[in-house]
Amino acid sequence: MAVESPARSPERPLGALRPDEYAEVCRRLGRDPSPAELGMFGVMWSEHCAYKHSRAALRRLPTKGRGVLRGPGENAGAVDAGGGLAAVFKMESHNHPSAVAPFHGAATGVGGIIRDVLAMGARPVALLDSLRFGPLDEPAVAPLAHGVVAGIAAYGNSIGVPTVGGEVRGAPCYRANPLVNVACLGLAPADRLATSRAAGPGNAVLYLGARTGRDGMQGAAFASAELAGNPTDRSAVQMGDPFTGKLLIEATLEALGTGAVVAIQDMGAAGLTCALSEMSARGEVGMDVDLNLVPRREDGMTPEEVLLSESQERMLLVVRAGREDEVLRVARRWDLPAVVIGRVVAEPVLTVRDGERAIVCLDPRHLTNAPVYAPAGAPPAYLAEARRLDFAALPAHDPADALLALLRRPGTASARWIYRQYDHMIQTNTVVAPGADAAVLRLKDAPPRGLALAVDGNGRYCYLDPYIGGMLAVLEAAQNLACVGAAPAAVTDCLNFASPERPDVFWTFTQAVDGIARACEALEVPVVGGNVSFYNEAGEGIYPTPVVAMLGRMEDVRRHATPGWAADGDVIVVLGEGIPALDGSEYLEAVHGRIAGRLREPDLLAVARTIQCVREAVAEGFLASAHDCAEGGLAVALAECSAAARLGARVAVRGAGRADAALFGETIGRVVGSVRAARVPDLLNLARRLAVPVQVIGTVGGDRLVVAADDAPAGRPWLDVPVTALLQAWDSISEEP
Amino acid sequence: MTIGIVVFPGSNCDADTHHVLRDVLGQEARYVWHQETSLDGLDAVILPGGFSYGDYLRAGAIAATSPVMRALRGYARGGGPVLGICNGFQTLVEMRLLPGALLLNAAGEFRCQHVRVRVERTDTPFTCAMHEGDVLRMPIAHGEGRYYATDRELARLTLERQIAFRYCDAAGHVTLAANPNGAIDNIAGAASVSGTVLGLMPHPERASEAIVGSADGLRIFESLARWIAARPAREAVTPGRAGASGEGR
Repeated sequence: MAVESPARSPERPLGALRPDEYAEVCRRLGRDPSPAELGMFGVMWSEHCAYKHSRAALRRLPTKGRGVLRGPGENAGAVDAGGGLAAVFKMESHNHPSAVAPFHGAATGVGGIIRDVLAMGARPVALLDSLRFGPLDEPAVAPLAHGVVAGIAAYGNSIGVPTVGGEVRGAPCYRANPLVNVACLGLAPADRLATSRAAGPGNAVLYLGARTGRDGMQGAAFASAELAGNPTDRSAVQMGDPFTGKLLIEATLEALGTGAVVAIQDMGAAGLTCALSEMSARGEVGMDVDLNLVPRREDGMTPEEVLLSESQERMLLVVRAGREDEVLRVARRWDLPAVVIGRVVAEPVLTVRDGERAIVCLDPRHLTNAPVYAPAGAPPAYLAEARRLDFAALPAHDPADALLALLRRPGTASARWIYRQYDHMIQTNTVVAPGADAAVLRLKDAPPRGLALAVDGNGRYCYLDPYIGGMLAVLEAAQNLACVGAAPAAVTDCLNFASPERPDVFWTFTQAVDGIARACEALEVPVVGGNVSFYNEAGEGIYPTPVVAMLGRMEDVRRHATPGWAADGDVIVVLGEGIPALDGSEYLEAVHGRIAGRLREPDLLAVARTIQCVREAVAEGFLASAHDCAEGGLAVALAECSAAARLGARVAVRGAGRADAALFGETIGRVVGSVRAARVPDLLNLARRLAVPVQVIGTVGGDRLVVAADDAPAGRPWLDVPVTALLQAWDSISEEP
Repeated sequence: MTIGIVVFPGSNCDADTHHVLRDVLGQEARYVWHQETSLDGLDAVILPGGFSYGDYLRAGAIAATSPVMRALRGYARGGGPVLGICNGFQTLVEMRLLPGALLLNAAGEFRCQHVRVRVERTDTPFTCAMHEGDVLRMPIAHGEGRYYATDRELARLTLERQIAFRYCDAAGHVTLAANPNGAIDNIAGAASVSGTVLGLMPHPERASEAIVGSADGLRIFESLARWIAARPAREAVTPGRAGASGEGR
């Protein structure tokens, strides 16, 4: 079949394609593309959809492992959750839309990731979000941050999926380009996962969900370029409708339950174009569809607009021939538009018609196999200078003052101001709510099992060393899971970087991926899916910011721990042997205004042993509370344990050096916990068996946090702060009027 | 004994409520689709939380006009026990089955957190297994939960003992600090004069098992079970079977 193909002319716009990409399209087709085809190539070959700069590097991530049911390549990854259940999970970014329209950009980010999980046949049961903003006290940043949080809340709360955790950090580089990464977890019977592979010539191609409008035009292309502050960017942002999203969840699960559905995919980035081409290409079949049948929200839309619209709350299904009515009946019950728009064909040819006229006719694999780029990378010029740090030149600073300043920082302060706006309890599975190291969910259908989720990523570390920073993101997530008592099972990630066309950015990207891969291999945790977001720059580039979401399994969800001290008189211990350093620390930035230093490569085996030890100690009930030492080091960790429990502590830490390094130095693989005195021998035995060092450093009690050096017990303590002052600083963002 | 749970398209606490009634309490429960027109045979009806029809207009405003709500009006008039939780409370208020109004929270934002409420009235189907002054710890999760009543309404509420629950502290003191949304007089739940229709903003179904943080809310459902069991047998209670449209959720 021939499509109208305008004569080649030098004035012809290439759409979103580069000249060499346009030539490649012509070569593959053996002709010039039609306008509709050109539009489809433009979005399908965008960085956002095609992973042109990242695909080669991503192959280094370990994707196989025990319990992996679906790896990368489907709408979301899936792992065995035990009890016959599959845990489906994925994380995605919605950075650019959130920069332009914070509320709707963030809201539709939630809707999009929910539909990815839904497309696997799983009921979405939890959301987490990882947020990066500029300084919250800046007049332009505060409304943006509040808009993003309100958008996530509005969508998640209404659709009935709890937002159970997440993290937030601030830095000037995110001022005009915030990061909004949302992860979603879903549950499905392990033997009933859905697929996006179209199959069965003659089967129906069925459109289900909201009508198509002009919103979100070219959203994928918009996400694949730097933010230029263009006022028309707003039209690239989709509008979310969580009510329709809720109907779509119920209708989709009910439709899948009929057994008539062969394949399913959501219409997210690149809308109908992406669903048609990916479903056909994965199934190595073709489709023949008529755009005139697509339900529309507005008149006068061109066929190209229908193909490229990113209107939300839509799914594309392949339904067994003759059983279409079963799905249409479900849609009617939920009051959702549903239409058979075409049929699957055996030959791998995607034909899109506008009534009688064919406007697209090509092998769908041309659309899904975009060129891959791996340009030469080079370390950024700033690195050598940034890694230089002269400790001797750092002036001494009052430790109590530094501690309170650290507790007020968005990354360390209580995020209650965010999560109190999220319904984090709906579906009644939330055992450990936001505010702990990781969220814990019970599995109602497989008691007493549970799942835990943590999300982590430190852009400042990656700025100083993307390889080690990538490793640390993985290790910290695993450490957080261990603190609640869960064993790492799988990773999904969101890799947020500036333009990959810059050699230094591309270098940091590949380094970070290598670091993530190395740490995942060491912990034997597979990466089952994820997303790459490039072009995060508006004036200045962001820190290289890989964000890792990790899923953990728990045999008995009742055996968990949280950061707050459990009881007066409990013994405080530190597990792990990391040597705290001020390089790249929160303290250095907050107190001395320096983002500098050389990160030390972690001892992966030692950290892995500590993680195992902490998890077992929590699961066995030896540790009554557990919290990892992250930003702000031991002092901030102790303060958080005290603030959460409203209980003081008296602690002596290994002196031998500077107070600031001992109190605020950071290192991976250190966990603070409290133990009932009677259980201390059990804990020490476990630690000895796993060769994990344990220090007994103090006792829970009183209404002050007192920290002294153990080599000067009689001297004036380094820290002596009332718990009320800690609490006030820690909760300061939430308490602002 | 069968308890009906009304399901609007945007209800999202229906399954949680069903779980507590059936799996925790061992009661018969069935979903009632919003287009059903009869509530015959049900021993009680619960309007669960959620965003009934999206609630872009005003929480509960459209739900109040749906077919099942016409039946509910008659059901309530006949003395049938009706419990509205969160969005269900908003709907009962929209229908004028309960007095007052539920406004945007004083903070102007959604709030999800644990609160405590004091039991103010015990001669209702939902509080009959409690004592006045008991304190229940349950979560709230709403954007429009600030109870409001005019001075006249408030005087009448007090006179007719229609205030069912008040936000309070751990010791049962009704304080400003314990009020999460700016509700007038710390009102967290209100009842009809007879007490058979009751609405509250906190979610008892989310506080019915210790593993999720509190089991205090279960006492509301236990009260209901006791009330139903103690009532003289009703005429023609048909077996609790949903119509075709009520299955599958």
